[in-house]
Amino acid sequence: MTNSWTDIKNTDLVIIMGGNAAEAHPCGFKWVTEAKAQRGAKLIVVDPRFTRSASVADFYAPIRQGTDIAFLLGAMKYCIDNDKIQHDYVRMFTNAPYIVKEGFGYQDGLFTGYDEAKRDYDRSSWEYELGPDGYVQVDETLQHPRSVYQLLKKHIAAYTPEMVERICGTPKDKFLAICKMISETSARDKVMTSMYALGWTQHSKGSQNIRSMAMLQLLLGNIGVRGGGMNALRGHSNIQGLTDIGLMSNLIPGYLTLGTDKEVDFQTYMSTRGFKPLRPNQMSYWQNYKKFMVSFLKSMWGKAATPENDFAYQWLPKLDVPGYDMLRYFDMMSQGKVNGYFCQGFNPLLSLSNRGKVSASLSKLKFLVVMDPLQTETARFWKDEGVHNDVKPEAIQTEVFELPTTCFAEDEGSLVNSGRWLQWHWPGQEPPGEAKTDTWIMAQIFQRMRALYEKEGGAFPDPILNLHWPYRQPEDPQPDEMAKEMNGYVVSTVTDPVDPTKIVLEKGKQVDTFGQLRDDGSTACGCWIYAGCWTERGNMMARRDTSDPANTGAYSNWAFSWPANRRILYNRASADIDGKPWDPKRKLIEWNGTAWTGYDVPDIAPTAKPQDVGPFIMNPEGTARLFSRGMMKDGPFPAHYEPFESPVANVMAPKIRGNPAARIFKEDLAALGTTDKFPYAATSYRLTEHFHYWTKHSHTNAVLQPEFFVEISEQLAAEKNIQKGGWVKVSSNRGAVYAKAVVTKRIKPMICDGKTVHIVGIPLHWGFTGAARKGFGPNSLTPFVGDANIETPEFKAFLVNVEPSNGPATS
Amino acid sequence: MLHELSRRQFLKAAGAGLGGSAVAALGFGGAEEALAQAVRPFKLARTTETRNTCPYCSVACGVILYSLGDKSKNAHPAIIHIEGDPDHPTNRGTLCPKGSALLDFVHSETRTKVPQYRGPGEKAFRQISWGEALDRIARLMKDDRDKNFVAKNQDGVTVNRWLTTGFLAASATTNETAFLTYKVVRSTGILAFDNQARV
Repeated sequence: MTNSWTDIKNTDLVIIMGGNAAEAHPCGFKWVTEAKAQRGAKLIVVDPRFTRSASVADFYAPIRQGTDIAFLLGAMKYCIDNDKIQHDYVRMFTNAPYIVKEGFGYQDGLFTGYDEAKRDYDRSSWEYELGPDGYVQVDETLQHPRSVYQLLKKHIAAYTPEMVERICGTPKDKFLAICKMISETSARDKVMTSMYALGWTQHSKGSQNIRSMAMLQLLLGNIGVRGGGMNALRGHSNIQGLTDIGLMSNLIPGYLTLGTDKEVDFQTYMSTRGFKPLRPNQMSYWQNYKKFMVSFLKSMWGKAATPENDFAYQWLPKLDVPGYDMLRYFDMMSQGKVNGYFCQGFNPLLSLSNRGKVSASLSKLKFLVVMDPLQTETARFWKDEGVHNDVKPEAIQTEVFELPTTCFAEDEGSLVNSGRWLQWHWPGQEPPGEAKTDTWIMAQIFQRMRALYEKEGGAFPDPILNLHWPYRQPEDPQPDEMAKEMNGYVVSTVTDPVDPTKIVLEKGKQVDTFGQLRDDGSTACGCWIYAGCWTERGNMMARRDTSDPANTGAYSNWAFSWPANRRILYNRASADIDGKPWDPKRKLIEWNGTAWTGYDVPDIAPTAKPQDVGPFIMNPEGTARLFSRGMMKDGPFPAHYEPFESPVANVMAPKIRGNPAARIFKEDLAALGTTDKFPYAATSYRLTEHFHYWTKHSHTNAVLQPEFFVEISEQLAAEKNIQKGGWVKVSSNRGAVYAKAVVTKRIKPMICDGKTVHIVGIPLHWGFTGAARKGFGPNSLTPFVGDANIETPEFKAFLVNVEPSNGPATS
Repeated sequence: MLHELSRRQFLKAAGAGLGGSAVAALGFGGAEEALAQAVRPFKLARTTETRNTCPYCSVACGVILYSLGDKSKNAHPAIIHIEGDPDHPTNRGTLCPKGSALLDFVHSETRTKVPQYRGPGEKAFRQISWGEALDRIARLMKDDRDKNFVAKNQDGVTVNRWLTTGFLAASATTNETAFLTYKVVRSTGILAFDNQARV
């Protein structure tokens, strides 16, 4: 989230698209209710199903899953055509006036530079035109034909209301009514917030779904303001934290990135991370990259990281591909290229696409280690459970370890919520049986590995032998110790260069902010964006002050919000070019002539003059990007692409299947189904009574929703002679599941490009362990393909067939 | 007045079975006085309260864990009740159908309680000791790493990666667990590193 849950009360209009907050985030959704009740805010819901969020909306419109980009580009076109954009914001705070290089273009669904064999682009033409001074060329009038603004207008011209209806199945009158409501928030004193979740991310163009709404919000001037923003609701209690801390193939904590094979040494690595400003006087915050990186390396390898060895840069692994994401790695596993695998609180047998492939892949491992507080299906992938897990244990040679861990109630530490609040929690009981904390387990494995390397030697032991391990009990590190490491501390005393008797940073002290970090090895910091979370003043994450001056919804002294306890990102953009709030009633920060003051920590240097420095300081432009240059793999603008399995052809570019820049492995391409055998458009979703595959282990939740079902329309039920509550078989080209049919009015057939499209809803909460009845998940059916940029699997749009059945026992 | 008392103080006062007159002094009228005398001491008043957050979605509602025992040495706390934290700015004491049933999650019959092992081709798990499990895991890791570690690529560039073992991290472990996990995993050269945010 750019904003926070409590900030939603400040909004005038909520749009829920790609999510279902009333059911999946019920207590956060209460802030929508609050805004409706207290300030007359309106709620729009756009979803293939009439969800509980839709049931309390002021306006609901259906949309076929996987067509959100067409809808949003259509909405942008409406706002521009009707002169409903926040002109000053767009001109000064976005890259709309910037000139793009000659040679950039878009035709028949493809941008310039496409290589069909590689399914990738040469992105060199997707760049700005730079002047001789190295700064980007600008036309403040926005009239230059190659200005971002004019290129955007041209790009979205095809997305008329008629085209939106044809692609999305959303009736034109409903689409236009929503556009009108959205466009009113272009006024300086009106704000819209976007709430989205997995309904946008789980697509082969998930990143571009989100970009589309971000662009619309920028055109309306709704980013950086109270009650506005792009608010990712996030599915799990700490996926924000785990991503912040870089537990992904290519990441280093704080959104730094690993080197590649081409970055042969530290100097080469740093040369592409200079982020020189693209506008005069601009602050480009990533110019501090080296301070964060060196401080990270010091936290990893302590005294062994020295200026002479480039702070052990070479001890980090280098990437030869963009990343070993789960899809790529399970594909390698299916080919027998993987020997060992660890699952720490993760159940991929039910949560990764194409369960058949996942199961076959796990069967090729030599060993699998599962650490979990619950008995997961993954730990039992080798177990014959009949139709619910049809495998032959004797044929599976994998050694499997199931290690019992603590759950939240027995563990201490911090979690990051969707609003970037780091909140500390404490244990209320001891672990059951012999269960242990994950930290104890990781420390035990590490200590044993290190002992083996000390004794036996082996492949490049240096990074293991020298890993910084300063813990009071080496075999059981405690949460406060890791929290302090992440915050950062002073390794060696730093004195004032002018007056060496003055101590600037004292050895052994916790740093207060990331502004104190150094690139010479005198500071260590595990995760720079968390600096400030545990300072000399103590644990800032454990703060419980509920005061909220002027009722802004910030709660600045409750817990700690990264970065720098800032509650609303890009808050400089809440004020105009002179630093005056766009809407005085919604003031966040203000320029008082010499400094920025207000209710939030300014997202800019406190004394940066408003006319000089643009508000988006993490971009070298200082502005937000309507045109993303070469930074997105599949285009500098979003474009409509169908899901890889779609009930209709792409009407904008009939020859293109799926996202042309999304990676798909050969075997998985062959496993895609088509409408002749699988005519219905399926989507997966959550129920309000369940959380993923966890709550089926909880008796109450298992009673509330005991059994797997699929949801279909009355029309489809009549057409296929399916009875309410009767058994059905749902199949895709990759597998089949048996379910009870829930026949509802919440799903209705849609008309897309003149064709009737039936929607099938498949909830995701059942498996073969726990207190609920045995069942299946949608991943038995879904395709093994991910988003072009970040490889999140396409769970929300795929093709199935549905037939009446006698149920699993007799089928 | 009641609103000047903290909720906890009030619980203590009520739970200690104070006479009706004392409760009346807090601002209650006659009917409440009779009721207060009739109600047996509130059992939560004798529990220990611990602040926590719900482990499910990312709204991160504040919850209070009520445990038997006072957390003194040799006292084994057991959670008997969980409810929303009324002081929490986001959820203000409320919980959803998932959070309301957290107690059943904590005490689920299908929680893992002992280390288990399943050998190649075997049809069932069997219990093993922590020491045995951890020794074996460390051995398997080291043998695989030593055999398959790539110190240099074909062009002679130092790459220090280990591709034949991978690590999936969680979605609900703490930041502190995440950081320790990061350090251990990266120090070995593992690149197949992912967390639940991917899916």
